[in-house]
Amino acid sequence: MAERSFAKEVQSLRLGAGAEFRGEGILAVTKALLQSGVGYVGGYQGAPISHLMDVLTDAEDILTELGVHFEASASEATAAAMLAASINYPLRGAVTWKSTVGTNVASDALANLASAGVRGGALIIVGEDYGEGASIMQERTHAFAMKSQMWLLDPRPQLPEIVRAVEQGFELSEASHTPVMLMLRIRACHVYGRFTAKDNRRPPFSAADALASPSRDYGRIILPPSTYAQEREKIEQRFPAAVRFVAERQLNELREGEASDIGIVLQGGLYNNVLRALELLDCADTFGTSRVPLYLLNVTYPLVPEEWARFCAGKRAVLVIEEGQPEFIEQAASQILRKHELSTALLGKGLLPMHGEYTVDVLRRGLAEFIGQWAPELRRTSRGPAREAPLVPVGQLAKLVPPRPSGLCTGCPERPFFAAMKLLQRETGPLHISADIGCHSFATLPPFNMGNSIMGYGLGAAGASAFHTGGGRRPVAVMGDGGFWHNGLTSGIGNAVFNRHDGLTVIIDNNYSAATGGQDIPSSRWPNEHRQGNNSILDAVRGVGVKWVRHTRTYDIPQTLKVLREALTTPVRGPKVIVAEGECQLNRQRRVRPLMKKAIDEGRRVVRERFGVDPDTCTGDHSCIRLSGCPSLTVRPNPDPLRTDPIAHVDNSCVGCGVCGEVAHAAVLCPSFYRAELLYNPSWWDRVLARVRAAVIGGLQRHSDRKRLRFAL
Amino acid sequence: MTQRPIKLCVAALGGQGGGVLTEWLIEIAEAQRHLVQSTSVPGVAQRTGATIYYLEFFPKAVVERAGREPVMALMPVPGDVDCVIASELIEAGRAIQRGLVHRERTTLIASSHRSYSIAEKSAMGQGAADSAGLIELARTQAKRLILFDMEEVAEQHHSVISSVLLGAICGSGVLPFTRDAFEAAIRKSGISVATNLAAFADACGRAERGDAASNAGPTSVASDHSAEIPERARSPGLQPLLDRVRRLPKPVQALALEGARRAIDYQDPAYAAAYLDRVERISALDERWRPQRNAPSNGGDGNEWALTASVARGLALWMTFEDTIRVADLKTRAARFARVRAEVRAGPDQLFGITEFMKPRVAEIAGTLPAAMGAWVLASPSVSGWLGRRTGGKHIRTNTVSGFLLLHALGGLKRWRRGTLRYIEENARIEEWLRRIERLAPTHYDLAVELARAQRLIKGYGETHERGWRSFSTLLGELDTLATRADGAAVLARLHEAALADEEGKALAAELALLTAGNSQPVATTNPVNP
Repeated sequence: MAERSFAKEVQSLRLGAGAEFRGEGILAVTKALLQSGVGYVGGYQGAPISHLMDVLTDAEDILTELGVHFEASASEATAAAMLAASINYPLRGAVTWKSTVGTNVASDALANLASAGVRGGALIIVGEDYGEGASIMQERTHAFAMKSQMWLLDPRPQLPEIVRAVEQGFELSEASHTPVMLMLRIRACHVYGRFTAKDNRRPPFSAADALASPSRDYGRIILPPSTYAQEREKIEQRFPAAVRFVAERQLNELREGEASDIGIVLQGGLYNNVLRALELLDCADTFGTSRVPLYLLNVTYPLVPEEWARFCAGKRAVLVIEEGQPEFIEQAASQILRKHELSTALLGKGLLPMHGEYTVDVLRRGLAEFIGQWAPELRRTSRGPAREAPLVPVGQLAKLVPPRPSGLCTGCPERPFFAAMKLLQRETGPLHISADIGCHSFATLPPFNMGNSIMGYGLGAAGASAFHTGGGRRPVAVMGDGGFWHNGLTSGIGNAVFNRHDGLTVIIDNNYSAATGGQDIPSSRWPNEHRQGNNSILDAVRGVGVKWVRHTRTYDIPQTLKVLREALTTPVRGPKVIVAEGECQLNRQRRVRPLMKKAIDEGRRVVRERFGVDPDTCTGDHSCIRLSGCPSLTVRPNPDPLRTDPIAHVDNSCVGCGVCGEVAHAAVLCPSFYRAELLYNPSWWDRVLARVRAAVIGGLQRHSDRKRLRFAL
Repeated sequence: MTQRPIKLCVAALGGQGGGVLTEWLIEIAEAQRHLVQSTSVPGVAQRTGATIYYLEFFPKAVVERAGREPVMALMPVPGDVDCVIASELIEAGRAIQRGLVHRERTTLIASSHRSYSIAEKSAMGQGAADSAGLIELARTQAKRLILFDMEEVAEQHHSVISSVLLGAICGSGVLPFTRDAFEAAIRKSGISVATNLAAFADACGRAERGDAASNAGPTSVASDHSAEIPERARSPGLQPLLDRVRRLPKPVQALALEGARRAIDYQDPAYAAAYLDRVERISALDERWRPQRNAPSNGGDGNEWALTASVARGLALWMTFEDTIRVADLKTRAARFARVRAEVRAGPDQLFGITEFMKPRVAEIAGTLPAAMGAWVLASPSVSGWLGRRTGGKHIRTNTVSGFLLLHALGGLKRWRRGTLRYIEENARIEEWLRRIERLAPTHYDLAVELARAQRLIKGYGETHERGWRSFSTLLGELDTLATRADGAAVLARLHEAALADEEGKALAAELALLTAGNSQPVATTNPVNP
């Protein structure tokens, strides 16, 4: 049950020829796949393509109608291996993931796939997680395309172009017997636009057909001598075929411009922002007519030398706009120019920064310099100050605008666990903590500030391997349930058993792949008509041979502290595994809220809990916040005229998860927290009880109020 | 000049419905024959961080004339944004920081409410950013500023902030769309239409009026000392106490009155008298030794009578230290029950239970016992051990009869408070503090003032309280050294701040190290919640 539902949007996947499709880039990609007669689809969620997986999941019925097989793959490696179906059969397949991290995981299968070559079109849709909003190390997918000889599409970030890229991607793949990567940047994945739909196509050839008459070709097996033949084939046949296809079908665009003796070569994906930058410099109009000739690379690998030569011929200088590093395209370009003995000056990195996202602002500066150098006559006086960035007193601002690091959501089940870890380290002193990818990565940020390294999804336990020296402190590894099923079970737990590790691995089980948007995973508890959930992590861990296994509910801090202490002190040798469970609060609220509302409306007795802080006993030290960091636990002005420090305050977003009380207890904090149990549709007994209480308590309260009034200054 | 797209940038926090707002805007634009492109950068930001949504609008009519569609950018460009919408004040600041708000171009629509960042919240004292300063900057930076507490408006109408934002956009007139189109979009979404429309209308009106009300951050309400001092005590019997307050120097009267009231509320009139005795002791000293500033003699400004003022404040807080008796007393009051009802939004006659989380440790229990017995308990490992095993976390349900009676009885121990171990300890500490102040005042007035202010370090319960007391004692220990230096007061002030920089006392240790090294340059204190 994903965080975002596309149940409504997916209906537009049924649109027929001529209808106008409106929606997110991600949704358009799905529609394009159906229009291309794709036979099977797989992938692994992760920003920026999480929504693509969510759309596919919500579209499962439509896919089934069309005879399209969809899998929420166990990992990117699984998804990539799925493409094997296109090696022997004319089956079109597509997979998707977050890149470059997902491509790293998939590399083994991808390299083999690229070597074997494909009969049916194989499309890999990668969400390039680069620049603002990215959550991973900053690298390029481009390198993978080069090293395995796969083709890389980088279309203009407009829906019609993205859709065309999907359709042409399959054709290119089939024409060159090579898997094709389609790269979409973060903003392109989320861009809202429109395009004219075509009819969906049932796959002409199905998996059933394949199984009915299996075809086998030893030339497609990854063993010598086939592998040598495959390498030759890549160079002598597939590569030239690809270059021919790109050239003949004019996948790249050459555009004339009045300043014909200079030119700009750019990745298709940067088109809109480059055009905006040119417009701001008065070198293009609103409709994309540039006064400088453009060469748009909608295919960034392989390049087409003849096109380059044609574009650069007679030009004094050409600027290559290529985001990220190393500058593969620019390097290739210089070789092309050299071989064609062209004297055109080649500019790129240097005028533009070597690293970092190419925002319009960055592009504007680079282009201004390029045009200023080579075609100053193009630069009219700029259209008034509104075009230049305003001057802001930076120093002053830095003080006024505190950073807002990401953190765990309101009521997050992982919060109490890390609060327990913080309390534990007050006893043990600082521990070495090998962190992992997932919501729990946020524990490396304030207020928890714990975790010494992150090695990749599901690799938390593996990341602690070198520390099992036997004797001395035990290292602690953290892993999420998502990472556990992705690979952690083998790479981490199995490895720890086999190598007789002695440390502790905590598997935080929030029941979903929460950080990527709450998608279901093998251990998800709630009914899912398309998947088999409820597979126990505990059983899996015991299954690979861990003897010391404990289960704790994260919200039970004392219990969690107890098992943590035990894990670090027990004389038992061998890996210790604690499964700390608590359901992702976002998913839980989505599930529980409507039910509670329904119950209340139906007049059933319901108790809703939430927390509060008494302002007259809170002294404004904020220890509670330092142990929690819950968004709903905040501060407000101190109502006490004698005190100056703001007091803690629980706002209305509180979901009553109970952590505030637990922390107040476990950390021996202050008595200011209270829990209110709001009662809806009370029973007659509730009312009787309430009346009795009101009588007794009210009486005593009135009495003491009167006493106080005797001394009013 | 050729037609250019209208550019609009929304900075919203996770869960504030920036996505919904964007969908509404798309709906409206298309209904009003405009091409619209939107995109966003959520990523990990959707987890409590800020998400940026960016939209461009372009009239279909122009497209039809030109026969071509415009190329729209996927991100806002500094100086080229027509309207920035920030659903929270600091996010408005961040937009300014990114250069998106331009003096001659950009309308800034922002909510003045604050959602505090973790660094601000978890500071050990006052850590909030200066809202007033930011609002001032917004005024100067934006071509036009529309600013009001949109969260509050949403609350008033039981709606969500996204409909308030939509209303403000409509009212600002930055988009060439009719109000009907805006309202139609809300209706079409079909979710809590009535409340959303109400919030929308309210916000729209405020934007049309051009509201730019400011609001302050979580600073203290304490600053107002000019409060009027009554002529007569509400209970005639206490008139003598009031007269004593009125005889004090004007700038400290309000504080002293509050202090005296607090002392009565905490114990009894005699206790208030004891409080005033101490304040008078200091004010006499202040009268004699305070540096004569040629300020208006009626003494409006805070520096006047600085010593008496800081003592009056600190002493009141210290003398009403939060022991178990006090906590029980406060928790059982009718006023508190009413406050909780309001706080948790319980209906006028809705039933609700209150559960307290108390974890008295042996120390607190012993502190509540008669001095001799308390001391004996602490001294005897076996007894305190026995007690320790019984002091688990207590859940006390205050509005059940049993729970209430327990706390009520505990609060009733007040009449024996003067005999308790904790009371006797705290009084000794208070006297020591005052003696040190009295000794310093004649020769080192400013240092004495800083020492008086340092009382702020002693707050909280259990370990928090102990930490505070440790830091305070450390400062006391340095007094003699500080008395020997010209900048003693300044250094003490710095130590005071350092003590509040981190829980582990790293910053304080660093400052002390410098002190012993004879160096008085401040060290950069590393705040643990601000990596």
